[in-house]
Amino acid sequence: MMSFPSLLVAIYKRIERGIVPILLIAGWETFSRSGILPPALLPAPSQVVVAWADWVFGTDGNTQSYSGRWIFDSAASAFRVFSGFLLAMLLGVTIGMAIGWSRTVEALIEPVLQILRPVPPVSWIPLAIIWFGIADKPAIFLVFMGSFFPVLLSAIHGVKGCDRDLLRAGAMTGGTTVKLLCHIVFPAALPSIFSGLRIAIGSAWMLTVTAEMVAVKSGVGYVLWDSYYFLRYDIVIASMISIGLLGFLSDFVIKRIAAHVLRWQRGSTLQTKGG
Amino acid sequence: MALISIDHVSRIFGDSNRKTGIVALDDVSIDVGRGEFICLLGPSGCGKSTLLNLIAGFDEPSQGTVRVGGQVIRRPGADRGVVFQQPTLMPWLPVWENVAFYLKMQGIGKAIRREKAQRFIEMVGLQGFENHFPSELSGGMNQRVGIARALLMNPEVILMDEPFGALDEQTKMDMHGELIRIWRESQSTIVFVTHGIDESLALGTHVAVMSARPGRIRELIPIDLDRPRDPTSTAFNDYKRHILSLLRPEPVKDWA
Ligand SMILES: Nc1ncnc2c1ncn2[C@@H]1O[C@H](COP(=O)(O)OP(=O)(O)OP(=O)(O)O)[C@@H](O)[C@H]1O
Ligand SMILES: [Mg+2]
Repeated sequence: MMSFPSLLVAIYKRIERGIVPILLIAGWETFSRSGILPPALLPAPSQVVVAWADWVFGTDGNTQSYSGRWIFDSAASAFRVFSGFLLAMLLGVTIGMAIGWSRTVEALIEPVLQILRPVPPVSWIPLAIIWFGIADKPAIFLVFMGSFFPVLLSAIHGVKGCDRDLLRAGAMTGGTTVKLLCHIVFPAALPSIFSGLRIAIGSAWMLTVTAEMVAVKSGVGYVLWDSYYFLRYDIVIASMISIGLLGFLSDFVIKRIAAHVLRWQRGSTLQTKGG
Repeated sequence: MALISIDHVSRIFGDSNRKTGIVALDDVSIDVGRGEFICLLGPSGCGKSTLLNLIAGFDEPSQGTVRVGGQVIRRPGADRGVVFQQPTLMPWLPVWENVAFYLKMQGIGKAIRREKAQRFIEMVGLQGFENHFPSELSGGMNQRVGIARALLMNPEVILMDEPFGALDEQTKMDMHGELIRIWRESQSTIVFVTHGIDESLALGTHVAVMSARPGRIRELIPIDLDRPRDPTSTAFNDYKRHILSLLRPEPVKDWA
């Protein structure tokens, strides 16, 4: 049998991480209902939940044209994130490995990339609209611009950090340059590449939402901006939380893939559970 | 004709920070015949690894030439298997994949690789650890994986850089016996770097005693001892005494 104090401690440990969020939400609910601010300006959490439920399941039609459309809005955004991210991943890893491996390639490409890199991805919006119109393409382009550089830099970093002796061991076994790149340099760069991918997926969501707010007529970002025009701040907040959840989910997926691919690191790094 | 011939080789490392050069090897000449087991013995920093890297083709001499089988060495090749001072395994590959890495580079299929690796895994006593990653093994076990990887290539020359430095005495003695057996069976030529006098006398057909700053070969001593070698025998200790006198700093010799 557990003694009473240790039972309390056990319960506390259980709920420890939930205490502050619950207090915050309770405070927010009370504040919204207190009437200090007009309720429209800061909808109470309960109101957000009602709006969100209708957006997702079409419960009572309070979100009107959005009712029951959540899955389509999310899918539209996710598709843009995925396409731009995939493109950035393929090009970023390939070009990054070439730059990290070859001084010639580095000297040729690096200056251009260094000039482009500080340009904030969102500042491409006008050109993206002129070039690609108003649809998926400008959003995918922006996502690409936002996630390419983190992937590229992490790939360069990973390749440059590859242990010289591993390459010697590879050359000793008679490996050609291409084989060494595939079987030694690439796997050696993977831990760094994965940390770049995790940064990239964050900016990918950021840029999808930005693009949808100005250049696209669908997706969660569009819903967010559109509801703002209609003064539906409950839907705005529901969109914000949706984006947060989707971003968290994509990061979680990458984290799980990394934990599996990099399982050889277990036992050699400080953080034992793939992080 | 000698299998490995090192002809007036110097290696000077530029030091851009101090605007000087470090003479790691100074006019070193040495011939190693086919089937010999030569131990490079000397204090830390005397250029043993540097010399081994030149034979391996990882590095080029500043002056002189290194030949193996009459060919001037310009790059690494599978005819020279190297066991590194650090295990230098691919951390993302399990033990058996590391052992069979040479076969992977030759484009040989997984089933055959797995099968061929087994013999060498058993040879170094790592059965049961085939699917472990290097991070899950001890330093000595990793070093044995590195040895198995070099042996699997069945190279003409095996270059070993203090391969047993991380092992305990017991395992080290077992590995010595094993290495001698492998060397005899495969009729390969071994260049073995060590800073242990006993180790060099337990293994080598020749011991090349080196001195530091600048790195030179002080003497190449043929070792005429029966195997298995008895480290307590008089002949063994005569060699040891001689080598110790060579390794002793020069002023002491002048004074004597
Ligand atoms: N890449 C390098 N750049 C500059 N100097 C080097 C380099 N490699 C070796 N040296 C220098 O050359 C000398 C010989 O080094 P080497 O690694 O061959 O010694 P070693 O005999 O193998 O020593 P140890 O027994 O400690 O491994 C050292 O003084 C070292 O500082
Ligand atoms: Mg060394």
